[in-house]
Amino acid sequence: MIVIKMREVLRETNYTRISNSYCKSIYKERWMYIMLIPGIIYFLLFKYGPMFGLVMAFENYQPYLGFINSEWVGFEHFIRFFNEPAFWLLFKNTLILAILNVVFFFPTPILLSLLLNEIHITWFKRLSQTLIYIPHFLSWVVIAAITYTFMTVDGGIVNNYLTSNGLESISVLTNPTAFRPMILIQVIWKEAGWGTIIFLAAITGIDPELYSAADVDGAGRLRKLWHITLPGIRSTIIIMLILRMGAFLNTGFEQLLLMVNALNREVGEVFDTYVYTVGVQQGQFSYTAAVGFFKSFVSLLLIISTNNLAKMFGEEGIY
Amino acid sequence: MALIRSLVSRLFDIFNYILLGTISLTAVLPFVYVIVASFTPPEILAKNQFILIPKEISFEAYEYIFSTSTITRALLVSISITIIGTFFNIIMTVLMAYPLAYKPLKGRKILLFMITFTMMFSGGIIPSYMVIQKLGLMNSYAALILPSSISAFNLIIFKNFFQGLPNELSESAKIDGCNDLFILFRIILPISLPLIATFVIMYGVAHWNSWFGAVLYMNDSKKWPIQVVLRQIITSASGIGDSESTEMGIIVPPQSVRMCTITIATVPILCIYPFLQKYFTKGLMIGSVKG
Repeated sequence: MIVIKMREVLRETNYTRISNSYCKSIYKERWMYIMLIPGIIYFLLFKYGPMFGLVMAFENYQPYLGFINSEWVGFEHFIRFFNEPAFWLLFKNTLILAILNVVFFFPTPILLSLLLNEIHITWFKRLSQTLIYIPHFLSWVVIAAITYTFMTVDGGIVNNYLTSNGLESISVLTNPTAFRPMILIQVIWKEAGWGTIIFLAAITGIDPELYSAADVDGAGRLRKLWHITLPGIRSTIIIMLILRMGAFLNTGFEQLLLMVNALNREVGEVFDTYVYTVGVQQGQFSYTAAVGFFKSFVSLLLIISTNNLAKMFGEEGIY
Repeated sequence: MALIRSLVSRLFDIFNYILLGTISLTAVLPFVYVIVASFTPPEILAKNQFILIPKEISFEAYEYIFSTSTITRALLVSISITIIGTFFNIIMTVLMAYPLAYKPLKGRKILLFMITFTMMFSGGIIPSYMVIQKLGLMNSYAALILPSSISAFNLIIFKNFFQGLPNELSESAKIDGCNDLFILFRIILPISLPLIATFVIMYGVAHWNSWFGAVLYMNDSKKWPIQVVLRQIITSASGIGDSESTEMGIIVPPQSVRMCTITIATVPILCIYPFLQKYFTKGLMIGSVKG
């Protein structure tokens, strides 16, 4: 009897001790928790709030009825979207722009940083770095404006030059075939220089002894580049690629919104711009929320599969 | 053999210098042209030569755009949003990153996962718009500042940086009886200046350059930041179309007005860059991308 009692007492004290120490450690770290509060509120409100707002994609949301009382329609909006001719157009445009981005834009910062790495005059390297960073600090509005002043048919610099030399003027801004190259050139001009920072940093992290060893073995510059520099920055390249894949479908939303006009809409309209024009401007909230949901979901699948692929090839991945 | 190799190597060097020189120039020339054009007398600009070295300087276009209240107001809006917004960003990010860097903290793993998840999945434009509307933030400056308080990516960089700091710093302060908040602001932040300077730039540039947020949430044209006004001027044929200027009867060719506005919308942010540049690459390196 006494033994059982003793055991109970022991168990109880043990239990209270544990819960006490738990409370104590929370109390001890109370300032840490207090500091977390604003951030947690922010994430709940502005990141998770919209995620829960996605229920409106499954209902006919009416602002005066609210989320709970609006009529539930299940997958109706999704079915409508997939059957719409616009779907394939948007799908095609988004995909082509995204692929062009990965194929042409993604490797440029890597190439640029390899070239910069071969420069041995310090002031020249610094100067060119500073210069190629600058476009990153311009807004898309400014870049669209600069493109406009250069390319517009009535009075643009390029066209004035062409016509004054007896050549025909070219309409880049309204020509559907010129649209994709224009978007690509803009994004390379703006961000390629800035993108070198991370790769240059990775190159700096390579052990210099590897290069000296290669020198002893008589390796040329190309060999050193191929066998030391590139493998040295491989994991950085892969992480950047995964991050890119996550943003694969987000291809320059602001940029596209600024550059799309009535004449190049057939190649320039992507999921995001469609959501904006049909959703916000025409007020079809539920339908476009479904379109946005579809896009976010595909993005999520893309990032997960790239990450898994990276892991399969023995890289670390981002999570 | 070695001779050929060194010859090839030298040829490559020459090629490389020329190539990078050209790339660097292409990066800045369009922008330099715009600045020069904004100071060129409208008559010369109307003839549209590609001028890079101005022969005559005129402030006509600047006088014109500052004679209307539109641009001045928009500039003030942009400057205020950038300063307040950036300050808010830094405070919010630091406050959240510091506890998350403290490994024994309970619930840390879950929070980190939830933050990373927002980098991969989002509600999208429409539900975010609804949140702003439901919070009653439409047409208020808070709608341009609050929704972008913390960037998950930057938060993780900050967290990694704090994690890398030596433990002894906070330990010793704790023994002296300081609380964590005090430690953060008095001990950790002063040694984090390079990183903070970097993110002042990152967040600052984002605020200064943001356009879509204002288009979405600001209906009142009097509250528009400079980017929205610039867009308006570029797309409208006649420059600044407000009534006061037509009443005043000033007609300046829209081309130079455009150049001017582009310059004004860009120069302030480029001015900050050199001051913070020395911290810059250092700061970016410290964080690294790994989560």
